Amino acid sequence: MHRAISAADAAALIPDGASLMFGGFMGVGTPCRIIDALVARGARGLTVIGNDTARPGVGVGKLIDAGCVARARVSHIGTNPLTQKKMIEGEIEIELIPQGTLAERIRAGGAGLGGVLTPTGVGTVVEKGKRLIEVDGREFLLELPIRADFALIHAHEADYNCNLTYRLTATNFNPVIAFAADCVIAEPDEIVPVGVIPPDAVRTPGILVHHLVERPK
Amino acid sequence: MEAKELIARRVALELRDRTLVNLGIGLPTMVARYVPAGLSVAFQSENGIIGFGAPPPEGMEDPNLTDAGGGFISALPGAASFDSGTSFALIRGGHLDMTVLGGLQVDASGRLANWMVPGKLVPGMGGAMDLVIGAKRVIVAMQHAARGESKIVPNLTLPPTATRRVSLVVTELAVIEPTPEGLLLRERAPGVKVDEIIANTAAPLLIIGDVPEMPIIEIDRDAA
Repeated sequence: MHRAISAADAAALIPDGASLMFGGFMGVGTPCRIIDALVARGARGLTVIGNDTARPGVGVGKLIDAGCVARARVSHIGTNPLTQKKMIEGEIEIELIPQGTLAERIRAGGAGLGGVLTPTGVGTVVEKGKRLIEVDGREFLLELPIRADFALIHAHEADYNCNLTYRLTATNFNPVIAFAADCVIAEPDEIVPVGVIPPDAVRTPGILVHHLVERPK
Repeated sequence: MEAKELIARRVALELRDRTLVNLGIGLPTMVARYVPAGLSVAFQSENGIIGFGAPPPEGMEDPNLTDAGGGFISALPGAASFDSGTSFALIRGGHLDMTVLGGLQVDASGRLANWMVPGKLVPGMGGAMDLVIGAKRVIVAMQHAARGESKIVPNLTLPPTATRRVSLVVTELAVIEPTPEGLLLRERAPGVKVDEIIANTAAPLLIIGDVPEMPIIEIDRDAA
């Protein structure tokens, strides 16, 4: 059983310079209370790994606004002009990764795999510096696993065993990143007593989660 | 008719019954407005849902239910939601019947560029590279030219999204099918002459016999 901690305590666990994966797609499914606490504590030099940098003032966009991010490994920055500006000015290093490849590289990182072979990116700038491997006459790129120091998860319900459920399109990368970080912090909308979440409804087994953030007050 | 509506209404005729379809952000999203009557089409949004519908009435939105552009949507009866790994297994694994994507350029070999303009615009590929690789049919819905320059070119000058030959290109002037022999002009927009299309297209076009006028889905304005 875990006691829930405050978002500020969660943010205090994350040192400057850490790499962190976050759930979210355009800010939907992003653990916003931890993000706000990271901004409040003035985090610096973070590497963020996730689908996108949302918009200024939204989700991970707040970390970009506040100058917390040194590097972003994402599939898309088109909705955040500030990320693009900081990239052009050399303030943030951006690595663009096709969305499906990003999901599989993180999955590989969490599932103990040495990488994945994907046809996505063959013949494009994405293949630069990567091994091409032919399987049954078709070319694939060897994409290496991605892990991070921290995974920041937004969940719908949690129990005090840290079992997690998700809702609708706020699910996105959250169940994937739960496997792929040394320290996994979950920020649920609601915390229920152990036994309330039916085992079949659990999408992330609590054993993967190290810290639970208190429900919103 | 406005160019984008014309394109969306022509693309809608490519929809087939009982298929899974992914629509890109922007113009492609408009195709959902013109699904032919009697067809059952399931739309996927790459952020993790099959079977989404129109935005709910104001005040009834769910912050956890959005499309790939971040806009509010509804879930139709029978909808299913899933994580990003599953979403792209559907896309890359050959389970998606069709995708409709916007384009910056298509070249004579049928390759698409739609994710960056070096030095100017670097939005990122998002899900586009996976969609072009994985969907059974890839339809490019785009305006024929940008700032007076043809977007249908002999060779891509922008970075390709994939090396795959796309299935069909629909613009406000023409329907073009990339084939191993080149770009086949299949249809012309209402009132547009073949010469006009040739003059507005930087890549060579194959023209075989008479080029018919593009059919466009009729819509019931009262129902819409």
